[in-house]
Amino acid sequence: MLSLIKSKSKLKTFVGGIHPKEDGKILTTGRKEILSPIPGTVYIFLSQHIGAPAKAIVKKGDIVKKGQLVGEAQGFISANVHASVSGKVIDVVPWLHPVTGVKSPAVIIETMEEDSWAEDINADSDIDHISPEEIRQRIQSAGIVGLGGATFPTHVKLTPPKDKTIDTIVMNGAECEPYLTCDYRLMLDKPHEIIQGLKLVMKCIGCRKAHIGIEENKKDVYALFQDILSGEPDIKVDLMEVKYPQGAEHQLIKALLNREFKPTQLPLEVGAIVINVGTAFAIYEAVKYKRPLIQRMVTVTGDGVEKPQNFLVRIGTPIKQLLEEAKVTPGVSKVVFGGPMMGITQGTIDSAVTVKGTGGILVLRETQLWQSHACIRCGRCIGSCPYGLNPSELSILCEVKEFNQALENNVMECKECGCCTYICPAKRPIVHLIKFAKAEIAKQRVKK
Amino acid sequence: MSKQLQNNSLIVSASPHIRDIDNIPRIMWAVVFSLVPAGIAGIFTFGYYCLYVIFLSCITAVVTEACVLSLRRLPVVNSIKDGSALVTGILLAYTLPPSAPWYIPVVGSFFAIAIVKHTFGGLGNNVWNPALAARAFLQVAYPVAINSDWRMVPHGVGNLVYNIARTDPEGKLVDAVTRATPLAKEAGAETYHFIQLLVGNVPGCIGETSVIALLLGGVYLIYKRYINWYVPIYYIATVFVLVLILPARVVTPWANNPFYHIFAGGLFLGAFFMATDMVTSPLTKRGLIIFAVGAGVLTVLIRFYSGYPEGVCYSILLMNTATPLIDRFTKPKLYGTTIKRT
Repeated sequence: MLSLIKSKSKLKTFVGGIHPKEDGKILTTGRKEILSPIPGTVYIFLSQHIGAPAKAIVKKGDIVKKGQLVGEAQGFISANVHASVSGKVIDVVPWLHPVTGVKSPAVIIETMEEDSWAEDINADSDIDHISPEEIRQRIQSAGIVGLGGATFPTHVKLTPPKDKTIDTIVMNGAECEPYLTCDYRLMLDKPHEIIQGLKLVMKCIGCRKAHIGIEENKKDVYALFQDILSGEPDIKVDLMEVKYPQGAEHQLIKALLNREFKPTQLPLEVGAIVINVGTAFAIYEAVKYKRPLIQRMVTVTGDGVEKPQNFLVRIGTPIKQLLEEAKVTPGVSKVVFGGPMMGITQGTIDSAVTVKGTGGILVLRETQLWQSHACIRCGRCIGSCPYGLNPSELSILCEVKEFNQALENNVMECKECGCCTYICPAKRPIVHLIKFAKAEIAKQRVKK
Repeated sequence: MSKQLQNNSLIVSASPHIRDIDNIPRIMWAVVFSLVPAGIAGIFTFGYYCLYVIFLSCITAVVTEACVLSLRRLPVVNSIKDGSALVTGILLAYTLPPSAPWYIPVVGSFFAIAIVKHTFGGLGNNVWNPALAARAFLQVAYPVAINSDWRMVPHGVGNLVYNIARTDPEGKLVDAVTRATPLAKEAGAETYHFIQLLVGNVPGCIGETSVIALLLGGVYLIYKRYINWYVPIYYIATVFVLVLILPARVVTPWANNPFYHIFAGGLFLGAFFMATDMVTSPLTKRGLIIFAVGAGVLTVLIRFYSGYPEGVCYSILLMNTATPLIDRFTKPKLYGTTIKRT
């Protein structure tokens, strides 16, 4: 017992957060097989990232090849989008976006030809003598965005302002969202490529040190990474406590580097850049083979599917096809894009398609509808909030629409991680209320 | 493809999509469970009549809750099932004298639920701990029944006969003593052995005398994380230290004996079950420590320098009143604003 406590205290972590008792990862951790179905039709949104939507450069009737640019980035904070299959452009029309919930232009491509890459792609290149500018340029043209879920264009992240010095690259291998195992599978299957990707980022930034954080429930990955990096003291691998949201930028940097910064600030305030393992892999593919980001690992899981497993999914694949492959069972009540803590529910699966940020599709059978009660002031939400907010007070202020007071209590600093709502014994929909308040505040600001 | 998927009858809601299993009923029933040892100890010490008092108090609390909820057009059955009215009923009964006439628990419970709890908006919105506020109300409304008309039980176990006799309308027995607690000033030179205080074989209210039984329930709640360890510990420690330091007004052999002060009287019941009431105590750890220390200071001040022997009830009620103020000054600090980057 004592040794257990001792070994636990060694693990790096942060203050706050939650430990879901059954995190559902067991459903897919053991499944080594990865399916990579080629969809019949893909729906590629021109806006799959934070920033300006890309502009379509193909039109109805065009023949495109896999990896061909179909949407050109508009401005610096934007990202290219590419065809994920070879085929014919059926149309460029507004389609229901699974994340924003509103219609947004998408390029619809019907798969026709054999699955072959467009010209200039897939050429093996020498990455040992590549210049930092060339790395950044290849990442930008490949349309890579943060695959941890935030989908921030990676080339922007890798262009820090001149007055900020970056001394450490932090790679996120925590995968703290319950149920999801796509990063775990990728780390087991492609450890060398991920580390190559990390080194390319280090070279691009001109930074010597890197720190990889892995949650304790992935000890096999930790051993694998330590083995690969045994001769490289500049890249440290650390085990972290299994706790949500260990993989969020603030918590990861706190655990690994013991640096703190405000919720609305970026990691570069404390001299760090965080990249996800999936992004690192995409960077490797983009720089080494000039392959654009057209596919990603997606965990299809939950008690609503008979064969939960990881898929290598082409961007824009209709989830109907994935759910059929995973043998969806009757009586599904909820389909979530992402994990259970921050994922977005889908109102229909007929039109829902994957985007660059989709790391998981969670299919739940019986969803309890929680009856919410008045706050009983137990204070658990405050203990669990990793950002030092008072969710109890915020939820009440947002409920009675006291938005000015909510602003005074830092409502805009909330990251909506969901810890408070998970832990609340009164089952108050705290994140829901905060999201509502944020939207109302944004509306008021527009009016002014 | 399943029928449900074709019908598009999917639930759309904000994240998160999983929740912790703990909810209000689980917490409240755990509190009820943790209060059982103290009740058994009370019945063992003072006799079966106590059970009658506890029963009356609980029944009145639950019935009042149901009536008020239906008057407020709120769901009755679910709210009764959460056990919060039962907790108030039990806690109130535990603060009553073992020989309390039937109307004391009835009026007290009604007041606790209807006035203290529901006029402020029900569970979660009440300013004061309902059981303690009702006890304070009874002390003012029925001072004789609460303060002086106490029938002392013979020391030791085996008082069942006495208590059955107690139900007689004329009820007063020769060995009846008018004294509520070992802390009463007129108790004078009489002291009780520590083993007696721990077991609870001393005069006092129904549920407050047995330190061991209360500790059992309290430790269970701390283990289940339904209450914090720091509120009872800081509260009891403050009383302990202040009793050592401050000069007592009435000099008795135990006046400055800290162990006597923490084991006798209602401190353990108050510290583990009333000061830890979530609704009426501050939200943050810092706030709770201020709350606990404040309650400890007030308890000793009342015990030493006021007309009442018992300070626990009023000290917690006063700190309940100060809770919004404490909350205002102990807001959690936004992440990244307290420590400078290294």
